[in-house]
Amino acid sequence: MAYEPINTITSTVIPFPVDNVDTDQIIPARFLKATSRDADFGKKLFADWRYTPGGEPKPEFALNKFAGNSSILLAGENFGCGSSREHAAWALYDYGFRVVLASSFADIFKTNAMNNGILVIPLPADIYQDLLNEIQQNPNTQVKVDLPGKHISFRNGLVQHGFDINPFRSQCLQEGLDLLDFLVARKDQIIKFEQNYLSF
Amino acid sequence: MSNKTLFDKIWDKHEVMLLEDGSSVLYIDRHYIHEVTSPQAFEGLKKRRLSVFRPERTFATADHNVPTMNQDLPVKDLESRNQLSALDSNTKEFGIPLYDLSHPWNGIVHVIGPELGLTQPGMTIVCGDSHTSTHGAFGTIAFGIGTSEVEMVMASQCLVQLRPKTMLIKIEGELNKGVTAKDIALYILSQIGTNGGTGHFIEFAGSAISSLSIEGRMSLCNMSIEMGARGGFVAPDEKAFSYLKGREFSPDSSNWNQSLDNWKALFSDSGAVFDTQLSYDAGQIPPMITFGTNPGMGIPINEKIPRKEELKDSQTDNFLKALKYMDFNEGSSLEGSSVDYVFLGSCTNGRIEDIRDFVSLIKGHKKAENITALIVPGSKQVEEQARREGLDKTLEQAGFELRQPGCSACLAMNDDKIPAGKYCVSTSNRNFEGRQGPGARTLLASPFTAAAAAITGVVSDPRKYLY
Ligand code: SF4
Repeated sequence: MAYEPINTITSTVIPFPVDNVDTDQIIPARFLKATSRDADFGKKLFADWRYTPGGEPKPEFALNKFAGNSSILLAGENFGCGSSREHAAWALYDYGFRVVLASSFADIFKTNAMNNGILVIPLPADIYQDLLNEIQQNPNTQVKVDLPGKHISFRNGLVQHGFDINPFRSQCLQEGLDLLDFLVARKDQIIKFEQNYLSF
Repeated sequence: MSNKTLFDKIWDKHEVMLLEDGSSVLYIDRHYIHEVTSPQAFEGLKKRRLSVFRPERTFATADHNVPTMNQDLPVKDLESRNQLSALDSNTKEFGIPLYDLSHPWNGIVHVIGPELGLTQPGMTIVCGDSHTSTHGAFGTIAFGIGTSEVEMVMASQCLVQLRPKTMLIKIEGELNKGVTAKDIALYILSQIGTNGGTGHFIEFAGSAISSLSIEGRMSLCNMSIEMGARGGFVAPDEKAFSYLKGREFSPDSSNWNQSLDNWKALFSDSGAVFDTQLSYDAGQIPPMITFGTNPGMGIPINEKIPRKEELKDSQTDNFLKALKYMDFNEGSSLEGSSVDYVFLGSCTNGRIEDIRDFVSLIKGHKKAENITALIVPGSKQVEEQARREGLDKTLEQAGFELRQPGCSACLAMNDDKIPAGKYCVSTSNRNFEGRQGPGARTLLASPFTAAAAAITGVVSDPRKYLY
């Protein structure tokens, strides 16, 4: 699935300090019926929290309150738990998010996000709280995410936080590659493996 | 002396290559697909002009979207019909067997895999659905994947995966009357929360696990994903082997003994070291029910919802938000509170044993008038078996109706939705906001507890109705 490569992103951040945001909230099941990736899943991002049952935007919901073109989301613990639906990553991407910062992430979501050009960075408690306070006081705060340099910075560079990322994943994100090409290029080795493999 | 965990034994056997960064190219034995998470993967293959590398290792079913009544008629919802017909044409184009609504083997993907003998000990199994962990009941490494990974498996029969950590959860002792595998799962969840297993693969062991039926082990492994784990499994034993004997895709008599020999080597060595280890006493586990909006928010059925003072500070916001959504009060008791819907079904509790449990409790009673019940078998074979055993008749006498198979109200992609604000005691696996329909309020529980609610109309302790 093609996506725009990521290098350095500087953007405002939408604060969404909620724990255990599950993929059913990120995109409810009834919006999973498309058969093409070309559908705009961004419109349905957080649908039940974002709109009233009549389709009106709820003003207090983060995406409505902090409208603008932020490409960074800040969430709480265990973000993306629940269903494996990749539509959750597609909805975030289509809406315009390229980075999700959170206290922690659920495993499948993390993989789905990375496979779709969304950089996920878990933040330690102190940095999380510091950043959250900063954004809540000043919603125009710019945060810089430097993927090759493996750090995020804010408050005009006064706060710098280094993060770990698997080098291979990082390379894929910087080049807009996915793992499928990598696997398909290794078919010979896979066939060789199969020949020795007599499980059934 | 060898000291490997079963997880490592299976993983190592499937490792095609170890990459520099420590991740593995992992070979996948079985790939199950369904209509919701496969269309964009097929679209991707077509765009790249790739074929399915090993179509004989992929099996498809229609389950998430399907109606559970009048399955012989065209599907009414246009988008659902469109997705089902995309699955039909994609599987035809790429040479993948499809068990669609007209097929006697149709059903929920995690119910039919074991039932057909496709799921076998020691395998690696993936599916674009998080509850793929269900297949762990047979001693497999089975886990859910996203659509990009569905495409990768179709194109190469492999995935790139970081080896997860291992966790052992031991449950020793005897389960009390009226306590099922579902209660064990909800109990563990109430102890470790929905991220207690993050980054891990869980092995369930101990005498209480050995004494569970295969169906029970499937319910438990099914819920391991709710613990945040990549998956969970139980080392296979005689129960697993005899379950598989004679099934459509099980090894036939000429290969059976060889397979059995291989399967019998599937256990964690006695000196194996796990990254994390937990143990519980089976006798401490009561029938459980959830009060909140994630599966970790569970309590013993006869206890009260906690007060916020009893929780960690970090949990308070979530807790209060959940209570508001559910319209429950801190410190109040659930027993006796009014219920509108009961859902028996899903890949957690939609197997024959679950229907038997439900029927055993409602027998001789009548459905409470305020209850709308959805009784949905997990597969056509489960439905047939239930009819053969006359369970449908007992259900009818009590005012219930056995529907046709599918995921149904587990995720409410079809017409089986719980209306906003209504309470549903559900045997499924997720009580997230809106999971069973926008605004729906879900209380997760076992088939016994669902049955007790169905005949009383309120949350009830099933032990009072079991002999
Ligand atoms: S029954 Fe529910 S959890 Fe199971 S596969 Fe269907 S939707 Fe997923």
